Amino acid sequence: MIEWVKKVFGAPTSSSTAKERLRLVLMTDHLALAPEIIENMKRDLVDVISRYVEVDRDKVEVNFEREDRALAMLANIPIVSVNRPSPPPEPAKPAPTASHSGPPPRRRRRKKPPTQNPAAAH
Amino acid sequence: MAGRRIVVTSGKGGVGKTTTTANLGAALAKRGSRVILVDADIGLRNLDLVLGLEKRIVFDLVEVAEGRCQLRQALIKDKRFESLSILPAAQTRDKDAITESQFEALIAQAAQNADYVLIDCPAGIEGGFRNAVAGAKEAIVVTTPEVSAIRDADRVVGKLNDRALPMRLIVNRLRPEMVRSGDMLSVEDVCEILAIELLGIVPDDAEVIDTTNRGEPIVLDPTAKLGGIYDKIARRLEGEMVPFTTFDSQGFFGKLFGSLKAG
Amino acid sequence: MHQHLLRQAQDDKGQESVAAPAAKLGRAIVVTSGKGGVGKTTTTANLGTALAARGARVALIDADVGLRNLDIVLGLESRVKYHVLDVLEDKVSLDEALVPDKHSPTLVLLAAAQSREKDEVDTEKMRALVQGLRERYDYVLIDCPAGIELGFKNAVVGADEAIVVCTPEVSAVRDVDRVVGLLGNRFKPQLIINRLRPQLVKKGKMLSVEDVNAILRLPLLGVIADEPEIIITTNKGEPLALRHDSETASAYHAIAARIAGEDVPAPSPELKESFIDKLGSLFGGKRA
Repeated sequence: MIEWVKKVFGAPTSSSTAKERLRLVLMTDHLALAPEIIENMKRDLVDVISRYVEVDRDKVEVNFEREDRALAMLANIPIVSVNRPSPPPEPAKPAPTASHSGPPPRRRRRKKPPTQNPAAAH
Repeated sequence: MAGRRIVVTSGKGGVGKTTTTANLGAALAKRGSRVILVDADIGLRNLDLVLGLEKRIVFDLVEVAEGRCQLRQALIKDKRFESLSILPAAQTRDKDAITESQFEALIAQAAQNADYVLIDCPAGIEGGFRNAVAGAKEAIVVTTPEVSAIRDADRVVGKLNDRALPMRLIVNRLRPEMVRSGDMLSVEDVCEILAIELLGIVPDDAEVIDTTNRGEPIVLDPTAKLGGIYDKIARRLEGEMVPFTTFDSQGFFGKLFGSLKAG
Repeated sequence: MHQHLLRQAQDDKGQESVAAPAAKLGRAIVVTSGKGGVGKTTTTANLGTALAARGARVALIDADVGLRNLDIVLGLESRVKYHVLDVLEDKVSLDEALVPDKHSPTLVLLAAAQSREKDEVDTEKMRALVQGLRERYDYVLIDCPAGIELGFKNAVVGADEAIVVCTPEVSAVRDVDRVVGLLGNRFKPQLIINRLRPQLVKKGKMLSVEDVNAILRLPLLGVIADEPEIIITTNKGEPLALRHDSETASAYHAIAARIAGEDVPAPSPELKESFIDKLGSLFGGKRA
């Protein structure tokens, strides 16, 4: 009876533990067996990130880490430079009418560096 | 038309490949098919022993491959069945005594004279496995509902996928009472993890040990529960849609009430 | 590679298992069987645990390249980062690859490679690796793969002792016989009979210990009864030898004691049958 209660109310059975462990270990096994998949993933990741920032492709590292209940991919992608942000493209303006004109588009202002303590600049 | 060439494999040793090959072969033969069983475990042969034919071995498959005898001279007819023969492995040789293409040619030749050629694969994924698989056009993967066996079966499924071999699964040595108490993975769990089509479910049965000792495949015993199961598997292999015997409870309510019944 | 290992042993600080380079060379024991599925991996894991429980420093090596399972039996599968081939190919140091056991402080695991093939292992380097481990550990247990192909040969090469595991079944006995022949004169293998079912033996439906012994004629190290609990402990990744409420656990501890040279007379905690007394006479005295 107690076993029934335990099972319904959540104490994990050894078979559910086994299933979970197997699921994770097989994921790791499959990844280990397919280095080309990891290479492709790496390349695709870098391509996507490069659309936003410039990266050092040669130093990109992708690793998989196991914690007890999860598999996580960790990517270390060194960023070489970040482009100056450009203003977002203006939405297409409706044909101008005399009576209505919207607010002027906002411009992004560069933040001023703090000037209080020049000695602490670096 | 040449017969079907099926390798019975698993990765992990000791899950029941040889027992499955022997009993499935016997079940198919009982239903009227011509069956040749091939023991591909060179150096560690056991198919002959399981069938009680070990005293009748004259030639083995290495000798056939080397051309020292004809295939028909090496085949041992099992007198208990109309149409069952076995081709024994060599015991004192190594697995590299035969190449993949030699093995393939041998199986192709056997398939000329049989409806089914079942290849009993050695454990592992080394040369012996590669040879056994080289001869096959289909595979049966055998596993038990245990962590190591499933992991190894997964590896084998990957290797068989690489060779584009169609495959089906037999879950062997199921203990329904342990599944109910949550101490053993269920058939559903195993199928979910391995994701290949199920061919059969064989419960654990202490009688199998006894039949192996005596060299009498369990399908010979009309009262044995397992005999009926191998017959069902044979029918599924032949293409019939045979429902599976439910050994373990399905679904949440099934589990609830199933476990109450088990106590 | 050997130099590399020696240097590692000397450079180590703070590792429990290396107080000082061992004055006496540890024992390297291969656990083999021929037939698969008789309990080599389970035995390696539990024996390692039992030896570590006695305070010994123990290293376990999984020699089943491509089909590793020692890690999962010990519950260490999520902690394995590197494997034997990484060490043999000098990609990482031995210390980076050795995984400390979750439960036993003086036990470490060197995992097999899962995505490689057995023929990628260099036999001579494997021998040197085992030799290096013997200098740091009291026991090096090598979990041998099933079969008698290259995997078997590589597992055996570094060992100086052998344990053969056999179940009381005709195929298993036959395979052990073959393996003992292949092990040759270098070894005096000792036997563990695993998965005995005393009720079946009584009914005449299973070979008895005496039957197996009469055929194989090997010094008997221990007899372990079949226990469904083993499946549960593998599900959880917690070797049975960690528990004190199990006959099987006691059996492993008794075997560990015999390996260590103790005179453990009769395996009475292991089996509850009347032929225990007969068994007593089958157990020899101290090992060399």
